[in-house]
Amino acid sequence: MNDQRPFIIIVIIILVGVALLTKLFLIQVVDDSFLKRAERNAIQRVVDHPYRGLVYDRTGKIMVYNNPIFDLMIIPKEFNVKDTTKFLEIFHISKEHLIESYTAARKYSPVKPSPLIKQISTTDFARIQNYLIDYPGLFVMTRAIRSYPQPSAANSLGYIGEISAGQLERDTLKYYRQGDYVGLSGVEGFYENELRGVKGVKYKMVNVRGIDKGPFKNGEYDTASVAGYNLTSTIDLDLQQYGEMLMAGKRGSVVAIEPKTGEVLAMISAPSYDPNLLTGGKFSSNYLELSQDESRPLFNRPIMAMYPPGSIFKIVQSLVGLQMGVLTPNTTFSCNRSLVACHNHPSPVNLFGAVKYSCNPYYHQAYRAMINREVSRNTFKDTEIGLNAWRDYVVKFGLGGPLGVDLYNEKGGSIPSSILYDRIYGPGRWKYSTIYSLSIGQGEMLVTPLQMANLAAIFANKGYYYPPHLIKAIDGDPNQIPVQYRTKKDVGVDPQHFDLIQDAMAEAIYGTAARAAIRDITIAGKTGTAQNPQGEDHSVFIAFAPKEDPKIAIAVYVENAGWGGRAAASTASLMIEKYIKKEVSRPALEEYVLIGEFN
Amino acid sequence: MRQDDLYINKIDWLTIAIYALLVIFGWFNIYAAVYDEQAAKSIFDFSINSGKQLVWIGTALLLITVIMVADYRLFENLSMVLYGIFLLLLLITPFFGKEINGQRAWFEIGAFRLQPAEFAKFATALALAKLMERPSFDLGQAKYQLQALLVIFLPVALIMLQPDTGTAMVYTAFFIMLYREGMPQRYYILGLTFITISLLAIGVQNNLYIVIGVSIVVLILILMGKKKLSRILGLSLLGLLIIGYTYSLDYVVSKLPDHQQNRIMVLFNPDLDPLGVGWNVTQSKIAIGSGGFLGKGYLEGTQTKFDFVPEQHTDFIFCTLGEEFGWVGSFVVIFLFCALLIRLVYLTERQKTRFSRVYGYCVISILLFHFMINIAMTVGLFPVVGIPLPFFSYGGSSLWSFTILLFIFIKLDSHRIQLLGRMG
Repeated sequence: MNDQRPFIIIVIIILVGVALLTKLFLIQVVDDSFLKRAERNAIQRVVDHPYRGLVYDRTGKIMVYNNPIFDLMIIPKEFNVKDTTKFLEIFHISKEHLIESYTAARKYSPVKPSPLIKQISTTDFARIQNYLIDYPGLFVMTRAIRSYPQPSAANSLGYIGEISAGQLERDTLKYYRQGDYVGLSGVEGFYENELRGVKGVKYKMVNVRGIDKGPFKNGEYDTASVAGYNLTSTIDLDLQQYGEMLMAGKRGSVVAIEPKTGEVLAMISAPSYDPNLLTGGKFSSNYLELSQDESRPLFNRPIMAMYPPGSIFKIVQSLVGLQMGVLTPNTTFSCNRSLVACHNHPSPVNLFGAVKYSCNPYYHQAYRAMINREVSRNTFKDTEIGLNAWRDYVVKFGLGGPLGVDLYNEKGGSIPSSILYDRIYGPGRWKYSTIYSLSIGQGEMLVTPLQMANLAAIFANKGYYYPPHLIKAIDGDPNQIPVQYRTKKDVGVDPQHFDLIQDAMAEAIYGTAARAAIRDITIAGKTGTAQNPQGEDHSVFIAFAPKEDPKIAIAVYVENAGWGGRAAASTASLMIEKYIKKEVSRPALEEYVLIGEFN
Repeated sequence: MRQDDLYINKIDWLTIAIYALLVIFGWFNIYAAVYDEQAAKSIFDFSINSGKQLVWIGTALLLITVIMVADYRLFENLSMVLYGIFLLLLLITPFFGKEINGQRAWFEIGAFRLQPAEFAKFATALALAKLMERPSFDLGQAKYQLQALLVIFLPVALIMLQPDTGTAMVYTAFFIMLYREGMPQRYYILGLTFITISLLAIGVQNNLYIVIGVSIVVLILILMGKKKLSRILGLSLLGLLIIGYTYSLDYVVSKLPDHQQNRIMVLFNPDLDPLGVGWNVTQSKIAIGSGGFLGKGYLEGTQTKFDFVPEQHTDFIFCTLGEEFGWVGSFVVIFLFCALLIRLVYLTERQKTRFSRVYGYCVISILLFHFMINIAMTVGLFPVVGIPLPFFSYGGSSLWSFTILLFIFIKLDSHRIQLLGRMG
């Protein structure tokens, strides 16, 4: 009976071997999930963050750069110090701090690095560098934060911050990871793709405790990061700083544009903040503080504040009237104050006089002629057709919608069409007498300071503009900027119509804004007053200069500073002088603006 | 001196060659398991385990020499004495042993640590051989069955005191030898049925399936056989017993200490707790599974180099092989083990004395059990029990005890002619 048992035992031995080999074949050859899990175990993907591009101003001055900061890291297991007193002396820390940090680090991981001293200054770093070799388990980790040599143009430059959950979701290319820094506003936000560069990836091997064990396959699969492009801004940093100085303590905006190119020379939002506040570790607390400040320093007024254009809009009305053929230089209306209030000036006036004296009744009558063209017998219908036809002319001046500046959150203002009045009053229930306020830039009409500066540029250019923009070159190449900023836009008004307007504007400032006059620069300008139901009106002024060969077009808003002839005109004039002559020769006017008592 | 010439010629060099291959291959794998690329040391460096293993291999060679030159009768004559000594050692281990991982299984003598339970295996094998050598010894009789079981379970009881479940479990391997020596087959059928039902009882979450399954089997058996009342009652009672056992086993398992419960449950589903109890099995399977067909290459295994598998140089040494040499490497080692075991069956069957034959089957039983359970554990076919892979795993006690175990048999085999003469 026992004779067959040895064979049974041999069969069992063979069965065991076959069973084990089958199971091994299944997990080693058939199932490849273990290979992937092994890679997840031991191979760590480390992102090599690229160097973010820098921003220079139009004259080559640095506006934004990357500042290295140093964190002293500790690996508790390797850390060993014999003379504690000497150690504390060298590293300038208290014994409590050392014990506390060491304990926390040890608790986190005895073998992984934790910070011991955060954000060491460059000078401190230079000092301790020589001692590091004496202390095992200590090393310095370098990070870069955005830095601004001048605390200027904060709202234009914007800031970077940790990517939000929503942005991560929208990132369909899956470029970003949780914790990545991205441009959140301003130029940083708009040119994120150009500034960020290309991430590199390094594959390194780690052991079971997550400790670095060197590159995987000697770095065969690693890619190097590519630095982001440097940007050249259109901003003139000197002019920007000068404008910020003038606007200190006030609320308002200054936008200066180079008319021939649409390049924004200065964009001042007052009050503002030091951009260095929104970098590094202080970002969160400072951001909270700034966002709760009732003076709203984070509100980028030049592109987000909207005001009625006021008298300045009369120039647009004149040009539209001329182009429509409703007005000629010789069209004359009387200053009939029963229609709308005006101030003392000779009457009747022709178009030149209307611009020069900013005659309200003139435009009331001229606008009626533009709107009610008797296309329809029904006066309501006629007004509707007229309004929409007129609006088509006006929006070509870059009004009634965003200009498309290279910043996010630009507001478009509004130029009403029949739809708005139909909604307010009902279709067929409004006519010219309902909407006549539009004739003098009041009523249901809003513009931003940027749009006003762009208007000044259009007047300077005699009928065209380039959409205003803040970046003139990417990686030193002007052809890399978005194509819309290199595309001329025509407003559809014949250039000869602008001659009369330019002459009237040049003459007007001697009447309404004598302070703005500069001895050897011909300024063409127009004052305005944006009505403010909440308080004192806002002081507005637009201008371009020199009239013969315009180099700068400017719009100035000073909130609650009364009519345009004082605060806004003075500020604009100083800005023009500063830009054209590079220095200001009127200390009295400068002082007048700086003191800021305009009323 | 003619006698010496005679036995040297009778030594089975094939077995020794397979032994040598396994030991050397194991040594290379131990080096891979402790290898650190950034602080690479020579395989001979005594500060790392591959260097130490070399010392164990060297001393094992000494042991082999001693065994081979000793008088072959010594082992038979000393068998009961050795058995007594090791029982005594096992008895005092729980009191004087050094505590490691909650077990008192080790004696510390200077820098050396010895595990008496490892050596008790060959002493038990010798004692069994001696016991069963008597011509009257018949495993068909209950009296002799009990004697054999007593010899086996005395050391088991003492080892459970340490407690070292894995090593204690190895002693069940002697049932393979007992099978060959005539232990009635029905015990094995019963035992296997019992194990199968136990595994099902624990593995199948819902006991209702087992109730249904058992009922169907009982019903079929009743319908197929004679329709005698006593048979129907007997089968029904058996079915009820099995069902009752299923439920009581679940109850017992639920009363076990948590770590033992977990070890059992993780066998059925290692992903239950991949970072906790399942860690060993999960990491072991990842290491082996990632090896593929040809392996990642010697010293190229990331899981091995970076310590993802705990106890890799000892009980989980097969992971190194699986990862760095792939299925082909696994095949070679499993083939070597099977070849060794089959060769040993062949050698044992040609023994002329029952002492040698019983001892030979003890060697086969223990090696087969270690080989099967150790590899099954690393690939997740068996719960994690801490037993080494013979000749392969790092460790002096393990290498020495397996060497002594094997070479006593080689020595006995080489003297089979004289033993026959003596018997005659």
